[in-house]
Amino acid sequence: MSTQAAIRFENVFYSMRGDTILKNITGMFPEGQITTIVGPSGAGKSTLFKLCNGLQSPDAGEIMISDKPIVDYEPIELRRHVGIALQQATMIRGDVMENLNLPQQLQGKQITEQRAKELLEVVGLKQDILHRDSKDLSGGQRQKLSIARTLVNYPKILLLDEITSSLDRVSQQDIEHLIQKINKKYGTTMVWITHNLEQALTIGNYTWVMMEGEVVETGESSLLKDPKDKRVKQFVKGEFE
Amino acid sequence: MSYLTLSIALIFVIIPLVLSKTLRLGLEKDTIIAAIRSIIQLLAVGYLLQYVFDAEHMVYIWLMIVLMIGAATQNARRKGSTIPGITWKLIVTFVFIEVLTQSILLGLSITPATAQYIIPISGMIIGNSMVLSILFLNRFTSEVEDHQDETELILTLGGTPKQAIHDQLIRAIKASTIPTIESQKTIGLVQLPGMMSGQIIAGADPVRAVQFQLLILFLLLTTAVVTSIMVGYLSYPTLFNERMQFVRWKRRGERSQ
Ligand SMILES: Nc1ncnc2c1ncn2[C@@H]1O[C@H](COP(=O)(O)OP(=O)(O)O)[C@@H](O)[C@H]1O
Ligand SMILES: [Mg+2]
Repeated sequence: MSTQAAIRFENVFYSMRGDTILKNITGMFPEGQITTIVGPSGAGKSTLFKLCNGLQSPDAGEIMISDKPIVDYEPIELRRHVGIALQQATMIRGDVMENLNLPQQLQGKQITEQRAKELLEVVGLKQDILHRDSKDLSGGQRQKLSIARTLVNYPKILLLDEITSSLDRVSQQDIEHLIQKINKKYGTTMVWITHNLEQALTIGNYTWVMMEGEVVETGESSLLKDPKDKRVKQFVKGEFE
Repeated sequence: MSYLTLSIALIFVIIPLVLSKTLRLGLEKDTIIAAIRSIIQLLAVGYLLQYVFDAEHMVYIWLMIVLMIGAATQNARRKGSTIPGITWKLIVTFVFIEVLTQSILLGLSITPATAQYIIPISGMIIGNSMVLSILFLNRFTSEVEDHQDETELILTLGGTPKQAIHDQLIRAIKASTIPTIESQKTIGLVQLPGMMSGQIIAGADPVRAVQFQLLILFLLLTTAVVTSIMVGYLSYPTLFNERMQFVRWKRRGERSQ
């Protein structure tokens, strides 16, 4: 297994208004692979993503993106290189097309209807919703659309934050296949925060377990079957039952 | 009107006081403060203006304008105190709007360059500019807080800070200027504008009073739009740092309102 790092963290700390949210994060997301991140809510998973995308900067430590220090990137260049589908799957006002067009619009360009339809197809959305108001989409449709929208920038690294949380079992499987498909097709490095340990184990090549702002375990996803850390053992037991 | 008749007019202060007392509205203290303050402030301004008009010296005009801008800034900055550097941003805005309007008025000889015109018109311009900047800052702050998810989204997709805040900025500019524009649509139908009423009561020819009122209304349109746009464009960059990061995150659920 190649262990080239798409993103590498070295002793990263982050705090917000006096609360330490990330403590001494060291680890990496292997290039071209699927990394899954699990951990109780409030562990700092979403915050970790925001650091990778340059939405916030660490207080201390270093983050290397594709072997280049994150501070050496222009913010806009970094954010297009490291795409992120946010937990809330925020939509802008307007229809599906306008939402898909947003990344292009921000560069003064326009997405073609053809490409928009392709993207819908890729994420498993019906093409006839192209002109539906984004307010009328279900939670699951929004999450899929949010992924499609992130793909418009052709990110080399794609961070997905709990994108299956409001999906039923069937749609969840669609997304699992989608993640594998994108990874295979474009060689995109995928990092996926999920609260479903079964998913983390079966879809991931590599896994991080985070708790209370720390990385408590990292390694091949099979670690979830037999964790070493006591807290992780307990967490895993509770989740798998 | 003499001071004697004016003191009889204090009946109109006593009526709300009595009502407040009997109905336990608890408005007595504020009503008394309001009455006393308006008496002192307006009399002081009256005598000051008389002095300035009599002196006929440009220095006094400048001084009055500086005073007005100072007071307006003092008032408005309390509303926008969360924005770094709001004080000088407001000063720049008030100075700009004053210079803009007066140079058009005086430059095109719309009004004569005397204290009698410059001071009251400046007072109205700066006063309205102050109200507009407060309206704008209130609205902009809540727009920014309520839509920080959209700001975050646009930044994650590689948008610039300006793009990330554009919709909120435009909505706040619109919302804060609409009352000025709307109120002018119905003006004169229900209520005569205060300045015009005052002039007519003081004996001015109604048509002349209307002409001046129109001039003021048009000035206020410019004041409203220019103020909101200026305060907006001067303020939004402070919401971001040089790494194009939004620096005013509020935790979900702890947003004001
Ligand atoms: N805007 C914010 N201000 C202050 N604290 C925050 C903010 N956003 C998140 N936090 C705190 O940071 C910690 C980690 O949050 P988050 O990264 O969202 O965790 P996770 O995604 O693992 O659930 C939590 O304790 C949360 O309360
Ligand atoms: Mg989260």
